[in-house]
Amino acid sequence: MISVESLTKQYGRFTAVDHVSFTAATGRVTGFLGPNGAGKSTTMRVMVGLTRPTTGRVTITGRDYRELVNPGLEVGVLLDASAQHAGRTGREILTIAQQTMGLPKTQVAETLARVGLTEDEAGRRVRDYSLGMRQRLGIATALIGDPEVLILDEPANGLDPAGIRWMRDLLRGFANDGGTVLLSSHLLHEIEVIADDLIVIGQGRIVAQGSKSELLASAGTLVRATDVDTLARALHEAAVVTTPIDGGLRVDADPELVGATAHRAGVVLRELRPADGAGLEEMFLELTADTAREGAAA
Amino acid sequence: MSTATAVPVSSSDAVARPARTIAPIPTSRLVTVELRKMFDTRAGFWLMASVGIISVLATAAVIIWAPDEAITQNNFSVAIGMPLSVVLPIIAILSVTGEYSQRTGLTTYTLVPWRGRVLSAKLVATLLVGVVAMFVALAVGALGNLLGSALTGLDAVWDVSLAEFGTIVLANVLGMLMGFMLGVLFRSSAAAIVGYFVYSFVLPVALGALAAFQEWFRDLQPWVDVQFAITRLYDVTMTAEYWQQLGVTTLVWLWIPLALGLRAVLRAEVK
Repeated sequence: MISVESLTKQYGRFTAVDHVSFTAATGRVTGFLGPNGAGKSTTMRVMVGLTRPTTGRVTITGRDYRELVNPGLEVGVLLDASAQHAGRTGREILTIAQQTMGLPKTQVAETLARVGLTEDEAGRRVRDYSLGMRQRLGIATALIGDPEVLILDEPANGLDPAGIRWMRDLLRGFANDGGTVLLSSHLLHEIEVIADDLIVIGQGRIVAQGSKSELLASAGTLVRATDVDTLARALHEAAVVTTPIDGGLRVDADPELVGATAHRAGVVLRELRPADGAGLEEMFLELTADTAREGAAA
Repeated sequence: MSTATAVPVSSSDAVARPARTIAPIPTSRLVTVELRKMFDTRAGFWLMASVGIISVLATAAVIIWAPDEAITQNNFSVAIGMPLSVVLPIIAILSVTGEYSQRTGLTTYTLVPWRGRVLSAKLVATLLVGVVAMFVALAVGALGNLLGSALTGLDAVWDVSLAEFGTIVLANVLGMLMGFMLGVLFRSSAAAIVGYFVYSFVLPVALGALAAFQEWFRDLQPWVDVQFAITRLYDVTMTAEYWQQLGVTTLVWLWIPLALGLRAVLRAEVK
């Protein structure tokens, strides 16, 4: 479990992280979502002792990171896949981690296989790696010590769809085995397929947090019907807020209520489902609109 | 930090992992890893290899070009020592700045979140390399001396005493500490190497010129010019006053900046 308690980091007069509190629970994948520059990486760097917080603290399984006597065996960390020595081979980089943690040599080959890097690829120098391969190598460095907690900053960057699917399965398995996973992303779709819980951050502040299903529920229902106007009127009479979308409505209610209302109004439905991706995306844009760089354009 | 810490696993946790004992990372392991990191890139490997290559080339040059009576152990040691005194501090610089220029510090300081321990390991690894390099140079120079005197037909001249070798090693260790200091101070390979050339070539020339043209500075120079003080380790019998001058100049040019640089590394954010 990772516990962030009222964490604040100021750079001069600029507040990068502003009283951020959340927990990443054991056995779950927690997604840390926010636009670029929202404070995700700063928060993660504080977690592993690379940055000193101005106030507040972070504990991992109840302890400060610096209290861990051999952190690599307890917390797997990937902060930036490009921060690896371009002149070393993938195998060498992993060997350095293996030796630092004092692990058996066989772990190197096993972990390389686990992240899907071939013998041939492991023998190449990192300057010849694609970003996706660097991510896999970085994840290998995080996994080699068989930790209980993973902290991954933008790990899906540069992975192809198959790679993202692979990572989802890997992290799911890791959490199911009793591990804690915290991963950040600035892309909603990426994190949506992987995470159980979501922490949304904008301009250094937490703007939403909860389980994915909770956040999805609050995003409402998507409905398409032959007679949209009649349905909209019926829903308004039921005191439900609706937003017109292409050929239908987004409704701030659960699908059951929308279905029942349509039934009473005698409207034929063509589509009725939770407004998952689109709703969450809207929420994400909404929550971060005034804080994101793209805010003005959106 | 000498006690092993067991990972607490609560019995109520359904998916609890088997407890395992986690032992602290010993310093000897950190030194081994830092040594490995000095050799495991092409650039690093050739930098290390250059120590041997320079020794052989410098020795060959003495045998080929020096007059017969100059085939002495001292001349071999001077010929090898000059280029080596440039290479060794650069090795020291890169051992520190590599973590920043290549951003590997992000991983290094995450796996070992005690930066002082990492830097100590780097310093020990660097000095080990330096001392081994000096013995390699001594051995190559001795072979050159034997070979050279065999070619000239004269008796081999062994004119480097143990004490002299000791002061030469000290001079090189100080040079490497200079490099290490510049590394922690600048945390950038380019800036630290430029800083090193200013330190070892620009400043001595400037201070030498000042001493040559300004009467008042002449007596002051040995107390100010650190390269002047270090260079005397190579070729002059050290007097008590010379040692004092070495102490004063290294305090100002080496130990104080080193302390400031270490403080900065311990506090700075790693990005």
